[in-house]
Amino acid sequence: MRAFTYERATDARAAVAAVSEPGAKFISGGTNLLDLMKLDIEQPSHLVDISRLPLRNIEDLRDGGLRIGAQAANSDVAADARVRTRYPVLSQALLSGASGQLRNKASTGGNLMQRTRCPYFYDTAAACNKRRPGAGCAAIGGFNRIHAILGAGDSCIATHPSDMAVAMTALGARITLLDTDQSVRHVDIADFYRLPGDTPHRETVLRPGEMITDVVLPPPPPGRQLYRKVRDRASYEFALVSVASVLSVKQDTVRAARVAFGGVAAKPWRSVEAEAALIGRPATMATYRDAARAALRNAIGRGHNDFKIELAERTLCRTLAHLAAAS
Amino acid sequence: MTGQGMTGQGHAGQGVIGRAVHRVDGPLKVTGRATYAYEHGAEDRPLYGYIVGATIGRGRLTRIDTANAERAPGVRLVMTHHNAPEQGPRDTSVPIEYWRAQPMLTGPEIHHYGEPVALVVAAAFEQARAAAGLVEVAYEERPGRYDFAALRDDTYVPKVVNAGLPTDTAVGDFDAGFRSAAVTVDRLYTTPYEFSMPMEPHACTAVPQGADLTVHVSAQIVDAALASVAATLRLDPARIHVVAPYVGGGFGSKLGIHAETILAALAARMVRRPVKVALTRQQIFQLVGLRPTSSQRVRLGADRDGRLVALAHDVTMHTNPDMEYAEQTAATTRSLYAAPHRLTSHRLTPLDLPRGEDVRSPGDAPGLLAVESAMDELADALDMDPVELRIRNEPTVDPERGVPYSDRHLVECLREGARRFGWERRPTRPASVRDGQWLVGYGTAAAIRGHFQMPTTVRVRLAADGTATVQSDMTDIGTGTYTILTQVAADGLGLPTDRVRVELGRSEFPTSMGSGGSWGAANSSTAVHRACHALRKRLLAAVREDTRSALCGLPWEKAVFADGRVRIGEASEALSDLVARHFPDGVQTTGETLAMTDDPHYSAYSIHTYGAHFAEVGVDADTAEIRLRRMLGVFSVGRVLNAKTARSQLIGGMIWGVGAALQEEGVVDVRTGAFATRDLAHYLVPVHADIPAVDAVVLDGYDDKANALGAKGIGELGICGAGAAVANAVFNATGVRVRDFPLTLEKVLPGLPPPEE
Repeated sequence: MRAFTYERATDARAAVAAVSEPGAKFISGGTNLLDLMKLDIEQPSHLVDISRLPLRNIEDLRDGGLRIGAQAANSDVAADARVRTRYPVLSQALLSGASGQLRNKASTGGNLMQRTRCPYFYDTAAACNKRRPGAGCAAIGGFNRIHAILGAGDSCIATHPSDMAVAMTALGARITLLDTDQSVRHVDIADFYRLPGDTPHRETVLRPGEMITDVVLPPPPPGRQLYRKVRDRASYEFALVSVASVLSVKQDTVRAARVAFGGVAAKPWRSVEAEAALIGRPATMATYRDAARAALRNAIGRGHNDFKIELAERTLCRTLAHLAAAS
Repeated sequence: MTGQGMTGQGHAGQGVIGRAVHRVDGPLKVTGRATYAYEHGAEDRPLYGYIVGATIGRGRLTRIDTANAERAPGVRLVMTHHNAPEQGPRDTSVPIEYWRAQPMLTGPEIHHYGEPVALVVAAAFEQARAAAGLVEVAYEERPGRYDFAALRDDTYVPKVVNAGLPTDTAVGDFDAGFRSAAVTVDRLYTTPYEFSMPMEPHACTAVPQGADLTVHVSAQIVDAALASVAATLRLDPARIHVVAPYVGGGFGSKLGIHAETILAALAARMVRRPVKVALTRQQIFQLVGLRPTSSQRVRLGADRDGRLVALAHDVTMHTNPDMEYAEQTAATTRSLYAAPHRLTSHRLTPLDLPRGEDVRSPGDAPGLLAVESAMDELADALDMDPVELRIRNEPTVDPERGVPYSDRHLVECLREGARRFGWERRPTRPASVRDGQWLVGYGTAAAIRGHFQMPTTVRVRLAADGTATVQSDMTDIGTGTYTILTQVAADGLGLPTDRVRVELGRSEFPTSMGSGGSWGAANSSTAVHRACHALRKRLLAAVREDTRSALCGLPWEKAVFADGRVRIGEASEALSDLVARHFPDGVQTTGETLAMTDDPHYSAYSIHTYGAHFAEVGVDADTAEIRLRRMLGVFSVGRVLNAKTARSQLIGGMIWGVGAALQEEGVVDVRTGAFATRDLAHYLVPVHADIPAVDAVVLDGYDDKANALGAKGIGELGICGAGAAVANAVFNATGVRVRDFPLTLEKVLPGLPPPEE
């Protein structure tokens, strides 16, 4: 850990102004950033603490949607009655992540911004294009059991570890950003994360200094919702594969579908291919298998993670069957 | 059974041995008043050391530049092989490795990834850690041997294996026996690198005081720490004071000291200030020994009714080339089941990785994963109940040594466990029972663990106020030593437990073999028992002709020590009055145990502990996620000293067994020799949600060949066989046999049918 200076922001405008100096970073719950600083992976020279900004509210929107403040704690969002009844997939995803203590501390914005758990990203002696652009990727040809099968390239095969963001992706969330010039913009979560390409160190479309102020959930899509997380132990563990899905079935036919995967790519992976393969088709296992195959058609295993392709297919099939049975 | 083994000299007893007495040190621990190694010396403005590790697996340092680190804020010393003091050499003629010198920073050669190349000492931990990042190191890397799977046939034969046990054994004619068997199993099992991960990291605060050095250390054996520091620093052992009253877990990884202690001690003497060094969690994966990875071939040949004709267990493991460690993985196979034709062997594959060290139940834990899986495969091949198969192969004498068992109740454990668990509800056909999404299966496995006795001395002192103090350099590593020795002394002197004080973990106290190998409780409690016996004898000798005593002239052999009084028939006297009159300054005696090699029982009998595990698992029919549903262990351990701490130890071992079956795996990146799994986010151990209803039951027992108390060690037995029971349950649930531990889901997934409607 390097020496750094610290200030607590009093309002959002001051926060983005304060973070505009070089080497400055926002800190909220710190559940990921502090670990990374101790390990010398993140090396900010100045921290702007935004955890006490008045961005903790969860508000109803007139169109039936919900606005979640960026500083709302994961546990508060998971427990919110509106989230639980209208967006159960989000509550389930949040509750499947981390531990009770971490969820109490972790913020909504921080959860979106958390970094990969690739072991080579965590090892400063290993080659990592995220930490040092151009250094190479030790995970390729290394131990890559938890790594990406979709959207990865020769520069990086890391996955995004969030559960929350997978549910938000299935729900079509929009992220509100405040820029250093005080301008506000809205980005679909599907466009918020970047695939690695040649620049895996650039993980989102955030501009330098830009701050997440809230996440807007549109009115819930029709159908039942479910988050299914597959992992090596029953709790306190990242997903090998997860599926967030919303499915509407009427007269044994799929009317509407949303499918997003976690643990398979550098971003939460919305599969429009799977959705297209479901809508208008009979709600049967044969349909789900077609959808799963469509979703994973371009998947590439890297050795240790080859199993994730079949696992993702099977997990999607079961999740859809579950939702259809409950319809 | 209180009182067994006592002759004459009066009888004592509060019936307190075996009772579920709460930990006497519990309130100190939960209120933060138990001071651990790293927490000492705050008043002396200690300095903080941070270890810089090598980032190559094999080769040499070509340059190490400490100038920037030395200029960093707060830095007082940067120690490298250029300025480290000369140290004693690693002396392999010292019979037990943990007593040997452990020299650090001795030269530019790098033997494994993470090996210390520098220690940065600064006024604050954060300063030391920041400056450690400024030490510039250049290496000349040489190709290393890191890949066990690729190199496992490139082996050599160790002279002996761990604990001095023979490398190979053979009885009868295995090949002929195996060929003649009606049903055979011949399978290869592999087990991964595993790590001890105690809650308290390996830590030391070294405090120089003139020519003396006080070493606050997290260690399982005080005497070994003392000898090792003295030999390394070339100091008179009398000038070293080791202090280890509280230790936050060890599991074998603190039997010896490591870089943290040697580097703290060296630095403290260089800067003449207290220096603290603790390993980070990531460093523990590199600087503390690990359980070697293994490849185990098990061959079983049986006749149609399940009686074993031939049994072979051939083991290959990794070792560090410079520091041989041969886990005794096939050793308990020699005593487990009857079979006329038998073979066991151990081979080592040298790899440029951290050395192997004792990890909870060395040998038995990985060995039983293989052997007890193979027994389950044999039961399946015979279409026989796995409990019944084990009962049919119960030996009458130790099948390799030919000596009788001291106290063997494996069959009772199996029967009692089967009854309590409801084994009769086991699905007889694999993959035949489903509960919603879960495929459900039952598994069983036997547990066996050797019992060791080591030389130990304790001192018991009675003060004139009638309170007793027990002293030993024995440790309590979270196991309950303070509590059981309180109970044994209270029993031996007829005192309430609140009038006994136990003081442990200081090198000034009489020498023990500490905690390890499951020997600590039996050694130290037997020694306390004997010291109390000697003390009673001295008190009665004093009182016999003392006309001031109500007990004068009464038949002393009928004396009973109880409730703080000495009673002979109707007459009695307070123990405190008796001591005050005859020993106004108090009276003390010592008690000892012998090394097992000097105790005829250990050559005349085969002395072990036993158990039987029963596990029920659910395997997700679509994703192959394996979740334990319930588990029971039934154990035979001789006499239990404290029902509560015993149960905790056994359950803790069982949980580790579940982790070994399903989760734990150290993965080496074979390109660099570094562990890719280097923290507890990547090296998984069970969390609460993984461990539902787990219970341990201990059969009433007393092993009169083990010691006067009839007690045997229990610290390791719980893990023995536990993982095999889980793996066998996975087979029963799915019909998929995985022989490569741990059973992560991708190994089961290919054997499952596709998702159905």
